[in-house]
Amino acid sequence: MKKIKMMMLALAVNGSAVAGGMNDDPFLFMLKVDKLELSDAADGTAMVWDAQAWAGKDLNKLWLKSEGEKLSGEGTEEGNLEILYSRAVAPFWDLQAGWRHDFRPDPDRDWFAFGVKGLAPYLFEVDATAYIGESGRMAAALSVEYEYMFTQKLILSPELEMNLYSKDDEETGVGSGLSDLALGLRLRYEIVREFAPYIGVNWWNKFGKTADYAEAEGGDSSDVEFVAGFRLWF
Amino acid sequence: MKYRKNSFSGGIVSPSRRRFVQGMAMGGMAASLGLTSRSLWANVEQQQKIPTLTGTEFDLAIGEQVVNFTGTPRIATTVNASLPAPILRWKEGDTVTLRVKNNLPETSSIHWHGIILPSSQDGVPNISDGFSGIAPGTTHTYQFKLVQSGTYWYHSHSGFQEQTGLYGPIIVDPLEPEPFTYDRDYVVMLSDWTDEDPTVVYAKLKKLSHYYNFNERTHKDLMKDLKEKGLARTWSERKMWMQMRMSQRDLADVTGYTYTYLMNGQTPADGWTGLFRKGEKIRLRFINGSAMSFFDVRIPGLKMTVVAADGQYVQPVSVDEFRIGVAETYDVIVEPDEAAYSIFAQSIDRSGYARGTLTPDPAMTAEVPAMDPVPDLTHMDMGMDMSGMGHSMHDMGGMNMKGMDHGKMQMGGMDMKGMDHGQHQMGGMNMKGMDHGKMQMGGMDMNGMDHGQHQMADMKRKPVHPSDFSSGKVIHAPTEYGPHVDMRAQAPQYRLDDPGVGLRNNGRRVLTYADLKNLRGTNDPREPDREIQLHLTGNMERYMWSVNGVKFANAEPLRWKMGERLRITFVNDTMMNHPMHLHGMWSDLETGDNDFIPRKHTVIVQPGSRISYRVTVDAEGGWAYHCHLLYHMLGMFREVQVS
Repeated sequence: MKKIKMMMLALAVNGSAVAGGMNDDPFLFMLKVDKLELSDAADGTAMVWDAQAWAGKDLNKLWLKSEGEKLSGEGTEEGNLEILYSRAVAPFWDLQAGWRHDFRPDPDRDWFAFGVKGLAPYLFEVDATAYIGESGRMAAALSVEYEYMFTQKLILSPELEMNLYSKDDEETGVGSGLSDLALGLRLRYEIVREFAPYIGVNWWNKFGKTADYAEAEGGDSSDVEFVAGFRLWF
Repeated sequence: MKYRKNSFSGGIVSPSRRRFVQGMAMGGMAASLGLTSRSLWANVEQQQKIPTLTGTEFDLAIGEQVVNFTGTPRIATTVNASLPAPILRWKEGDTVTLRVKNNLPETSSIHWHGIILPSSQDGVPNISDGFSGIAPGTTHTYQFKLVQSGTYWYHSHSGFQEQTGLYGPIIVDPLEPEPFTYDRDYVVMLSDWTDEDPTVVYAKLKKLSHYYNFNERTHKDLMKDLKEKGLARTWSERKMWMQMRMSQRDLADVTGYTYTYLMNGQTPADGWTGLFRKGEKIRLRFINGSAMSFFDVRIPGLKMTVVAADGQYVQPVSVDEFRIGVAETYDVIVEPDEAAYSIFAQSIDRSGYARGTLTPDPAMTAEVPAMDPVPDLTHMDMGMDMSGMGHSMHDMGGMNMKGMDHGKMQMGGMDMKGMDHGQHQMGGMNMKGMDHGKMQMGGMDMNGMDHGQHQMADMKRKPVHPSDFSSGKVIHAPTEYGPHVDMRAQAPQYRLDDPGVGLRNNGRRVLTYADLKNLRGTNDPREPDREIQLHLTGNMERYMWSVNGVKFANAEPLRWKMGERLRITFVNDTMMNHPMHLHGMWSDLETGDNDFIPRKHTVIVQPGSRISYRVTVDAEGGWAYHCHLLYHMLGMFREVQVS
């Protein structure tokens, strides 16, 4: 027993597995830009990003997510950052909890975030998060993505994203209920695993009060946009 | 040239070739040198030889060396500046002394794979008694008596040094005359080289486990299936894989995308050459010294007579092809005509190959065969319930059974126990409409069985001992449940006569474990005192590997009693083949014939299967027990303490 404890201690201290001087679970870091694209929005060309980064080990990670949109020649229209603790709870699922900060539009909003991220049966990539904000606001976001391989490198990925809110928030332009829904279809070519340019089309629609707010501001409540960008990770 | 020391020229391979090694005939090369046949002979022999060290005293220096296998110079880890490391040729009964100097900037070690010796000499840092590795700049002396003969190998047991080149052959010549004759003796060591840093390879697998897999099923395969099988059957066949989030093409974690497969240190472009003279019988000592690669080996045009497995004699068996798992060895005898032959070793996932040539004349070359199609894993490889079918009926995709003489084969419930299918590899059974989840035989369309290659006579062969293969309920430990384990085999079968995914029904006579029979009979006829069930577990997506769901870092040692006779039963709860290696003691493999149990040091546990072997616990001290896939063994590893 003593020997085992010593060994465990040795492992814990220098992280070197006994047999090979190796650690089976090294601390790793990954940056993944899922989307970095230009889209032909109604009011000009927009730049859209959707990126994640994590650092940690097999079962426990610190996870950052950010997505947003910026119109060319103008400031960022929408943008948020999430900082989450991610813990593997099932073979294909991680629980994630932390803080989301919407830094655009003005005024900014903060949320407590709690969600799941993983791979559902039939190979759907799912990210579903519930949010609790100030003044009793609640929200939910869902993203589902699938990959269809035309070849080993040419991959078509349909994607669905939606946001729901519990209360109208006129200042930020979101209405209660299903606020917006987007369906995307992107075709990427993985030049190498880590880098893939893509083209695609994105349809989105705003609903209810969200649509009303947008129209009141002279914007659209629905659009079909062509997109081109690239995916990158390391 | 076996190994290009500080060489940046000659045989440069264009970078584009690196992706999937295509190989090329070396035909023109030798001829264009304009040498006479005799000088060519000498030349080839000279250049392609792995240095051989003989005697009882050895000085080995572990160091770093520039190599160039792909067109890009890289640093390899070598012994005496050779890759593979020199052949150590020993004599049974001798006591050998090996002074190993470590010139690396990091700790190193050498493990003598398959050699029976005291724990203190086994060379696994912090597990072998009193051994903590060879510190940089120091020399460690190993000394042990050789109590066996045959073909083995040695390699580093530190870090990823095995991937970067630290492996070499061992030949132990026997005291007694060998039970077969041959005129020429060649080592054929297979290995996998990558220009990437192994720590980067490992990190990539953790981030994207299919990073190196460019054999996934795509649109084209789907269209083909839809056309040939229709929507309903295509759906039912693929459904479970998608539900389970598994790939039917998860055959190798690291592939020809990064690997250049080597035969005696030669790339496929160069090829290794073994020369022979007319009428000679040649012994080929195949050693799989890879980090991660299984090879399917054949020599088109030649039968290979397998005479030893893992260094131990077996009853000669003539085959066209064999699969060699990481760390296994096979000795075969071939009798070539006066012609050139390709020794062709394709990786299990068909992403590349190692190759060589057996030829009476260096100017004579042989055609290199095309690789076989990429196979799909089957439900059986997932350990699905095929219980009604008897353990031997594997991979029946598409078998036609109409007009079959049912004889003793009762199709209702299909009692096939005791039926040894040997090499049936029943191809082509039509399982249309079959629900694999519950697998009712009633749903099976068995019209028109084509007995063609089935050799039904084999059914009369000595039946397997049912007690051996039906005992022991499969129990998944609570530790097997959690985010670190993605699958548990529901009904893992013994599949000793299954040549494995990609080799079933290929029209060739393929070696299986059921073919291996100890030449001299079972060494220890005792029945096991107790049975230990070990489950090989993992999560491919997260790239985590473990035994019974517990990785090495969190595991207590297995404690075995000196003198006991154990039965180890492995259950493979993953979709991959795992070559399991027990240090210090033999693995007496239960093949179905208890009178002729073969001894192995490394045993392949096929995906979704189970397999049992007996261990005579006769070696005190600490021993390593692990999967020999280098990127699995960090977690899929146990320490054994014998006292």
